[in-house]
Amino acid sequence: MLKISNLQASIGEKQILRGINLEVRAGEVHAIMGPNGSGKSTLASVLAGRQEYEVTDGTVEYNGIDLLELSPEARAREGVFLAFQYPIEIPGVSTTNFLKTAVNEIRKHKGLEPLDAVQFLTLMKEKMKLVNIDQALLSRSLNEGFSGGEKKRNEVFQMAMLSPKLAILDETDSGLDIDALRIVAEGVNQLKRPDNATIVVTHYQRLLDYIIPDYVHVLYNGRIVKSGTKALAMELEEKGYDWIKNEVADAQAG
Amino acid sequence: MNLTTEYTGLKDSLLTDFQVWESQLAGGEKSTLHRVRREAIRQFDRLGFPTTKHEEWKYTNVGALTKQAFGFRSSTNLTVADVGALLVPHLEANVVVFVNGIYQPQLSRLVSPKADLRVEDFADAYQRDPAFVEQHFAQSAGYEHDAFTALSTAFAQHGAFIHVTDQKIIEHPVLLYFISDARSGNVASQPRNLFVVGRNSQVKIAEFFHTLGNNTSFTNAVTEITVEPNAYVEYYKVQEESEGAHHIGTTHITQLERSRSFSATITVQGGFVRNNLRVGLEGEHCEAHLFGLYLPDGKEHVDNHTVVDHAKPRSYSNELYKGILNGRATGVFNGKIFVRPDAQKTNAFQSNRNIILSDEASMNTKPQLEIFADDVKCSHGTTTGQLDEDALFYLRSRGIDADAAKSLLTVAFAGDVISQIHLPALREYIEQRVTRKLGQV
Repeated sequence: MLKISNLQASIGEKQILRGINLEVRAGEVHAIMGPNGSGKSTLASVLAGRQEYEVTDGTVEYNGIDLLELSPEARAREGVFLAFQYPIEIPGVSTTNFLKTAVNEIRKHKGLEPLDAVQFLTLMKEKMKLVNIDQALLSRSLNEGFSGGEKKRNEVFQMAMLSPKLAILDETDSGLDIDALRIVAEGVNQLKRPDNATIVVTHYQRLLDYIIPDYVHVLYNGRIVKSGTKALAMELEEKGYDWIKNEVADAQAG
Repeated sequence: MNLTTEYTGLKDSLLTDFQVWESQLAGGEKSTLHRVRREAIRQFDRLGFPTTKHEEWKYTNVGALTKQAFGFRSSTNLTVADVGALLVPHLEANVVVFVNGIYQPQLSRLVSPKADLRVEDFADAYQRDPAFVEQHFAQSAGYEHDAFTALSTAFAQHGAFIHVTDQKIIEHPVLLYFISDARSGNVASQPRNLFVVGRNSQVKIAEFFHTLGNNTSFTNAVTEITVEPNAYVEYYKVQEESEGAHHIGTTHITQLERSRSFSATITVQGGFVRNNLRVGLEGEHCEAHLFGLYLPDGKEHVDNHTVVDHAKPRSYSNELYKGILNGRATGVFNGKIFVRPDAQKTNAFQSNRNIILSDEASMNTKPQLEIFADDVKCSHGTTTGQLDEDALFYLRSRGIDADAAKSLLTVAFAGDVISQIHLPALREYIEQRVTRKLGQV
């Protein structure tokens, strides 16, 4: 589904990604872990098409197309979804109104008829249950005055509404208490299908207790320096990131 | 021999017009009203049109306007069908139509009881009850320092006269349509409106400005509103004029004790617009809400000058003006708040927020607070910036294309003002107009 080869990206003069290689197949869950500043969020942003980042080298192939050629909206219509680490507050635009536009833009791209008001509401009601989100919250301005937990739940709710093929969760666990974390994780798990894939970007292992990854990758200094299974995440939880840093330093010295 | 006389500009032509018109008044020139007009034309002659050296006109240059020639009181043959397309749909209202400044009874329709609400042409009102008109005319709209008000006063003849009897709540709004029919030449008009809202009464009035055709138009509109004790006026000014339109408009609202006012000035379109709004709070416990929205693009210029004058204690004013500027548009906001020495316990708030969508658009904004009392709460704030890139990316990352996302965000920005419009049918109408204009963003 996704094949990232030698991806390099920078912001301004500063190079952040220094050659990422990663392959994700349908049905898989990949976790990307790493210390702060390692480039995790940059990778998520580059995949979603954020323009501040300049891709200086490498390729990203997504279902046979060159993802980097596409605008952010074209990526979304092709099924890429980014759950933001810091969802943006947008006064004056209700979640409902905005999602109706988004859902119908994506349907139009697929050659489907737009949903009418009733169909849209039915879909919304069904997906609201997944993340236990309140209708009143959705008629308010998008994320405005929402608590951290409400914002993250709204991200997963949007994900449910747009049913992406490739979901990238950027630090979805940050700022959540354990109950909110569980609700968000359950929502993500219920959306898992054999034909879609999920990339979970996280600093801590705890989210991975709920969203079980097939693969775990450690990102450090803009490169994936170690890959493994869930066991690797447990090891990181136990030992922290320093031993990885030392390993990398030793390898470079050697 | 050369028989053509050279056109020496709008000022000279207006001074000549005045003399010709005066000579045709057939006795009317002896009235008290005309004595005021004559004083006003002399003042206009002395002042001349303002230049950008004038502090109040620093960013709004009327130079081009004053070199053009216009036909005043041009006749027209607009039908009910022509005008119908301009009216706000689904709104049961008193409808009054002026074309090129002339009242059109055949296109107008009054539904409220005459005993409660009197709506007529200014000239008819003056003929019926000169004393009443003289008591209110040119009282708040001073022409000492303002050439355009002097000009309006000098030519005061037609416009909307509205009088709400004491203790009446007028259910149906009064919609005034001022149409410049510039299909067959340059036209100018000077509607002069006078509204008096009696004690304990309430009324909703909207002024709409439209242009037909592609020639240049010039509208110099002056509205004077008196809100008597404990009365309420809801006042809308909606501008949908052409690229070639010049609009200079001045509204004075004078409020007596415990009266309330709401005003919304919505400039959807218009080539060259200057709106002056002055709210004088001359009684205690008054309340005034001022809202404004302007969306210039292309080469449009929109200037809003507002003054809120707190003369007496314990009044409240709140002002919010928002602008979205695109293309090579220019915008001006100048908001003055005066708190006079007597006006203790005043609460006065003002805010002006702008979004600039293009590199070539610009906005000049200047809040000005002059406070002469010590026990007051006043604040003002102004922001001018671009669309939030993060918000734009967020919407796009959900599949909404860049143009639609921009339009969603700008309509939302305008929403703060639109949502204040109390009349649902009018709110919907404005929302649709604004969305249409911003949809092209």
